[in-house]
Amino acid sequence: MHIPDGYLGPITYIAMFIIMIPIWLYAGYRVRKDLRSRQVPLLALSAAFTFVIMMFNVPIPGGSTGHAVGGAIIGIILGPWAAIVSISVALIIQAFVFGDGGITAIGANCFNMGVVIPFIGYYAYKLISGNSDIKSVRRIAAAVIAGYLSLSIAAGFAGFEFGIQPYLYPAVNGQFPYMPYDLSVTLPAMLGEHMLFFSILEALITGLVFIYFQRNEPSLLEDKKAVSRKIENKATA
Amino acid sequence: MDNTTKIIIAALVVLAIFTPLGLIASGETFGEWDGSYFEEKLGYIPSGFDSLSSLWGAPMPDYGIPGLGDTTVGSAAGYIASAIVGGIIGVGALLVLGKVLVKDSSN
Repeated sequence: MHIPDGYLGPITYIAMFIIMIPIWLYAGYRVRKDLRSRQVPLLALSAAFTFVIMMFNVPIPGGSTGHAVGGAIIGIILGPWAAIVSISVALIIQAFVFGDGGITAIGANCFNMGVVIPFIGYYAYKLISGNSDIKSVRRIAAAVIAGYLSLSIAAGFAGFEFGIQPYLYPAVNGQFPYMPYDLSVTLPAMLGEHMLFFSILEALITGLVFIYFQRNEPSLLEDKKAVSRKIENKATA
Repeated sequence: MDNTTKIIIAALVVLAIFTPLGLIASGETFGEWDGSYFEEKLGYIPSGFDSLSSLWGAPMPDYGIPGLGDTTVGSAAGYIASAIVGGIIGVGALLVLGKVLVKDSSN
């Protein structure tokens, strides 16, 4: 899902940077406000986690390949705003050092994978878990579904950004300047590949990591505000 | 360093060692083709694509080490090295960013 340079025209990639700049600034503000210094190592490791997970390319029938992101579980554990920061850092490194994802497409890729995934992941998980116990099976199901939905919807966004190029930049003398395929091709391709294959992998990863934390570090899964309050209460006690 | 941190680091090291499994997928990802794909499918390379696609020359392109070659061992070594380099830059960047952003000094 790493959009390379040259697929999106300037209207789209500039718009995606304009969308991302305030999101990055606000995410930084929320990290400052919500995170405790003892959570910083976990935040740092989450960037390495998503970086490595994205390297596991999976072949699928038809000859295409793709990968999971691991962004939903980061959103669930650290909150969506901290996840934006860590996934964005991983994506920017991938673009500059490894040429995976374009430099001009950093805004778009950070939006699709760094914002959509942890937000859908976090809120789907919250909604499905409700008030259930931290150790409940319902929360595992919530994490799995959150993982599945998050990557699928992110793929839909990427497909949309690809597919609007022929409308924004129509063919000149029969030649399209940027992505030549329109929404009727890009949306089914991106959604189909992900919903049938890669999102299932994302769901599995989200579920497995969730179960690990549920069994070993359930305190990290508690409501972020409640955790902050608890820490403050401890500090004042 | 607490236990969870140690276990996560250990898990990440194991994942890094297994990243060459990602090389088994030899196909091309939708929307990540190079110019030759368009040439073959459309008979031309989109002009905007052509000028933007060479905008940036990454030091470790496609998670490889230039000079190691396309052999299985070379690619696998490049992949593991990339996972380590990428992981360390990511962790380092966020430790610095975390230090700048997060101001409480508890624990």
